[in-house]
Amino acid sequence: MPEARTRSPFRSGLRRELLDVVRVEEIGPYRLLRLRRGRLESGVPGQFFMLAPPGRLLPRPMSLCLATRTELGFLIDPIGPGTKALTGLVRGERLHALGPLGNGFRLDVERPLLVGGGIGVAPFPYLSERLGRPPAVLGFRSDAHAEAAALVPNSEVVVEPRLVTEAMHSGHDVLACGPEPMLRAVAALAPGAQLAWEAPMACGFGACYGCAVEIDGRLKRLCVAGPVLENAA
Amino acid sequence: MILNASGCLDALTAPDVAVTLDAYVTKTVTPLPREGNEPIRIAETDIGMLNSIGLANPGIEGFLAETLPQLLDMGVSVWVSVGGFAAREYAEICARLDDQPVAAIELNVSCPNVSSPEEEVEEIVAAARASTTKTLYAKLSPAVPDIAAAACAAARAGADGLTLVNTIRGLALDERTLEPKLGPGVGGLSGPALRPIALAAVFAAYRATGLPIVGVGGVETGLHGLELIAAGASAFALGTALFADPEAPVRVREELSREASARGFATPLAAYATAHGGPPPRPLRRVA
Repeated sequence: MPEARTRSPFRSGLRRELLDVVRVEEIGPYRLLRLRRGRLESGVPGQFFMLAPPGRLLPRPMSLCLATRTELGFLIDPIGPGTKALTGLVRGERLHALGPLGNGFRLDVERPLLVGGGIGVAPFPYLSERLGRPPAVLGFRSDAHAEAAALVPNSEVVVEPRLVTEAMHSGHDVLACGPEPMLRAVAALAPGAQLAWEAPMACGFGACYGCAVEIDGRLKRLCVAGPVLENAA
Repeated sequence: MILNASGCLDALTAPDVAVTLDAYVTKTVTPLPREGNEPIRIAETDIGMLNSIGLANPGIEGFLAETLPQLLDMGVSVWVSVGGFAAREYAEICARLDDQPVAAIELNVSCPNVSSPEEEVEEIVAAARASTTKTLYAKLSPAVPDIAAAACAAARAGADGLTLVNTIRGLALDERTLEPKLGPGVGGLSGPALRPIALAAVFAAYRATGLPIVGVGGVETGLHGLELIAAGASAFALGTALFADPEAPVRVREELSREASARGFATPLAAYATAHGGPPPRPLRRVA
């Protein structure tokens, strides 16, 4: 397929660009895909980008992990054909990125505590930087996976069978991202928590209706209603 | 003319994509609101995508009160996709749309993710025809023994045009558990896998009816669109390609002109039905 133009003029805020791969770093079993950021905005932590894996039909939603003046970084768990194609990219290759998309975390919190599980820690390095390195509690299924905690300052690590909810301190404004059972457990302990959910998405901008999740008893599109939701568990 | 396939773009969340189309086709509107099917609703396959959305929509009342005014404000030409579970339901919605400033009505008589309408294509189209003077397109399923016969039935009942094709039912299993990836089990297959199926349907329906046809199925490039025009489509729609590339309408339009002129056609539509009446096939090359 011919290459698309590298910048789009949509007033609705959709920005899609062909970005250069800087490198892919190993973080335990995870991979950190670093891209030259071009003219894309980094957005608010918790927002996501649709990254187009080479050879696949659909792009994959990935929350932004790192933002520097020149790079955007995405922490990816290579578990399927799309994520493996993304983490198999090498320097000099390019891929399309669309974003930032969706609603990120609200940052006007007084006593933030980041609570993450597994690959759900992906948005936390960027979030931590924007919140002034608040405390974090991160849960992983193995010591190897826990290597990702090095990306998050001031983090306390728990490894299964211990759970993050056992290490959560009370009296904080909780911002959480992780697997659904973890988010539900966190919400039960911290009713006002901001929770970043995930769902399969084909587009990321409200077109496909594929990412519907139940919110307040109704099926809504997570890409436009979320992915960060408050009091929704 | 480049449209979106129904259900593949929300003009309200992506208005600047909608205005790059020649007409915007709404998600299918049914008599009552529908939440749609339980997640998981989408899955990628090697050469396509499965969806089981289940016609999530606000219902005709919500559509007329909330959605349509916003679409009209946007200044796009609106085609309304209409669905139902009986011919009278299609007719009721068409009657409600008859005095609205919409450009056309597309009758979705082919969604693979809801139970089939009780009546046949001909009965639904006839009922709709009797209740509106709007331009009526019938969107047909490719999963029929004889697409030409279905096209003729729609034509006999008064359809002004045809949209070919809707998705075709498919199944994907989780590699690890071997259980269906989609919540409802099966879904509609779209994307590149649908392209030759759409081409064949357009080719057959053009021969059988001569009606205007919107070709839909796996269009990713201008050449794919030009092929549908050559097979007998007078317009085509982008579906799955829009998910990956919201700029696709602009890009495909540019490619379409380029591909047409590279083949000596003054305009893309000059290639209309070329597949049916081009120069005689070249004789087989003798190799022995």
